[in-house]
Amino acid sequence: MIPLNQYLVLGALLFAVSVVGIFLNRKNLIVLLMAIELMLLAVNMNFIAFSHARGDLAGQVFVFFILTVAAAESAIGLAILVALFRNLRSIHVDDLGSLKG
Amino acid sequence: MSLMTLSVVAAFAPLVGAILAGFLGWKLGRKFAHRVTILSVAISFAASVAALWQVWGGARLDGELYTWIAGEGFRLQVGFLIDRLTVTMMTVVTFVSLMVHVYTIGYMADDPGYQRFFAYISLFTFSMMMLVMANNFLQLFFGWEAVGLVSYLLIGFWYTRPSAIYANLKAFLVNRVGDFGFLIGIATIFVACGTLDYGAVFGLAPKLAPAVVEVIPNVPWSLMSIICIALFVGAMGKSAQFPLHVWLPDSMEGPTPISALIHAATMVTAGIFMVARMSPLFELSETARSFVLVIGAITMFFMALIAIVQYDIKRVVAYSTLSQLGYMTVALGASAYPVAIFHLMTHAFFKAVLFLGAGSVIIALHHEQDMRKMGGLAKYMPITYATVLVGCFANAGIPPFAGFFSKDSIVEALAATHTPGHMFAYVLALGGVFVSALYSFRLLFFAFHGEERFAAGAHHGGEHASHGDAHASHGAEEPGHTEMHGKPHETPWVVTLPLVLLAIPSVLIGGLTIGPMLYGDWFGSSIAPTGTMEEMAREFHGALPMVLHAFTSIALWLALAGLATAYFLYMVRPDLPAVIKRKSGFLATLLERKYYFDDFNDWFFAGGARRLGSGLWLWGDKTVIDGIMVNGTARLIGWFASVARRMQTGFIYHYAFTMIFGVFALLSFFWVYLRKL
Repeated sequence: MIPLNQYLVLGALLFAVSVVGIFLNRKNLIVLLMAIELMLLAVNMNFIAFSHARGDLAGQVFVFFILTVAAAESAIGLAILVALFRNLRSIHVDDLGSLKG
Repeated sequence: MSLMTLSVVAAFAPLVGAILAGFLGWKLGRKFAHRVTILSVAISFAASVAALWQVWGGARLDGELYTWIAGEGFRLQVGFLIDRLTVTMMTVVTFVSLMVHVYTIGYMADDPGYQRFFAYISLFTFSMMMLVMANNFLQLFFGWEAVGLVSYLLIGFWYTRPSAIYANLKAFLVNRVGDFGFLIGIATIFVACGTLDYGAVFGLAPKLAPAVVEVIPNVPWSLMSIICIALFVGAMGKSAQFPLHVWLPDSMEGPTPISALIHAATMVTAGIFMVARMSPLFELSETARSFVLVIGAITMFFMALIAIVQYDIKRVVAYSTLSQLGYMTVALGASAYPVAIFHLMTHAFFKAVLFLGAGSVIIALHHEQDMRKMGGLAKYMPITYATVLVGCFANAGIPPFAGFFSKDSIVEALAATHTPGHMFAYVLALGGVFVSALYSFRLLFFAFHGEERFAAGAHHGGEHASHGDAHASHGAEEPGHTEMHGKPHETPWVVTLPLVLLAIPSVLIGGLTIGPMLYGDWFGSSIAPTGTMEEMAREFHGALPMVLHAFTSIALWLALAGLATAYFLYMVRPDLPAVIKRKSGFLATLLERKYYFDDFNDWFFAGGARRLGSGLWLWGDKTVIDGIMVNGTARLIGWFASVARRMQTGFIYHYAFTMIFGVFALLSFFWVYLRKL
């Protein structure tokens, strides 16, 4: 059997990659959205790992919830992106500075 | 009639008169105003005489009329203490007041505020009566403040004149300083004795005598000394002792009748009366008596000196009053309380004569007050001249006039006492005798003898009045000074009758009453017996021997020397005074500027208060409150915000990073530090 640790490490690595992807990414808004999805995926990984390790099906059921929410949220995120692009004509993250104080 | 009824009538009749004249006088006319007030004061006088008669026969009253507040263990009431001292004061006050009321009919005849004046002087009589008849400190203080108030109203009677307003504010404020000390004294008494009634306080006083308080830690002060000195500070304000004397000369801005009534005979003597009344307390504190002696001595001599350089006839008499009040004060300090009251009484008469006589001259010359525009009036105004002559003799202390007996007794008392400072006072008293005679007869010769200068007409002659308050000395007591045409003539009977009625006691009352008053049992239990009085009693052999003995003592010769000097300087060689003035240079200026007291007060106190105000406004208000606290806080917040807003970059990934970082930090905190995961 593959030890639980390794699954968790995989989940952590994925999460770390996505966090880095959020703030090191300057050029592309879509990459930002992808990073968010990856974050959710990493969490899913954790859930499944624990579910398998404990033999409790609840984890896997929860993954379904998360997937659903992720899907809905991506759809909305992409819709906001499209609307933003129509106004800003750019998906460069640095251009989203109008909230600057 | 019981003493209580007589007291109520004597005190409240003038109040009724004042209310009627004040509220109805404008409607019911001048005659009504003066009739109702003169009637009320006459009733008060009659009641006072009746009380005098009864008290002479041995009656005494110390009773309550009305309880104002009855609290836990104390009682504040309206009550009367009628004993020998009180009836003496009551009679003097009502008599002089009555004379002044009659005199005012003539003096204020063409003044638009006629009814208001009568209402005020009756109100004053009421206040003074409440003061002297009080049997507790609270009522004394009520009367004290009330006379101060009426004095303010009367000094500023012609309220459209800025000099009058300056003077009445000055009088009230200086009085207030004295009242501050007075209140401290009263409060200390209340704390120490738990009551404000004279009887109880005098009973407790011997037990309190050794008490000591430490106001400054580790510096013990005698409680009785604190009380007496504080009470005397009140007397200093009311009776115009140095350094709170500055208001009295300015109070001459008021009409002459009130100068006579308030600032000579009655209100200013309230302080003297108060100390005499408190004789049981003062006898327990030698420090306080010393203080009284020194202050009185300074006032007595140095104020007399100023009188010799004044040209305004009223101011000469004002400084004379200051000096005579000094005499009364030193008598108090020398533990010779009956002598002080005796001098108070004789002084009330002859000073009223001098003031009213001066007033008579002023109206005869159509409101001219500068003596350099008088002269030679003796033959035109014989009655005024005769009464003023009597007043001058009495003031100078020449036997057999009343002033001699009282003044000489004071000088003797100063020699007989042992209170520290008495020699200083004795020397100054003798010096003062010379100066008193000098200024009194200077006034007489200047105004009534010599060449006639009143028809000169030019009242803007080259020489401006040489003393600082030029705005008041320059003639017109009332706006609209009219020119003198023709010769002056004697004033109407309403003016001269009071003069005569006051001159008679100035001659007689000294010799007649000195025996019983000072050395007999007149004051009885109302004044504490003192060693000084006992010693003086040993020397006293009667009024006539006193007169004869005077020729062997220096005081009389000093007075005669003063008279002779005045005669020489103003009748024989009238050119000399100007020469002396030139030669004495700085001394003359010092006297003319009244020792720079007014200038100092103006610069230090008045100016200081203004500077404090501007300082508080510019620094305290504008800089600190507006600048630092209000605007400063706003600027601080603005600055802080400008720093803090740099956190709002507007970039989402910054925010996301912060969030994630925050989550990690919290997790670490919980897991590692708190071990709660």
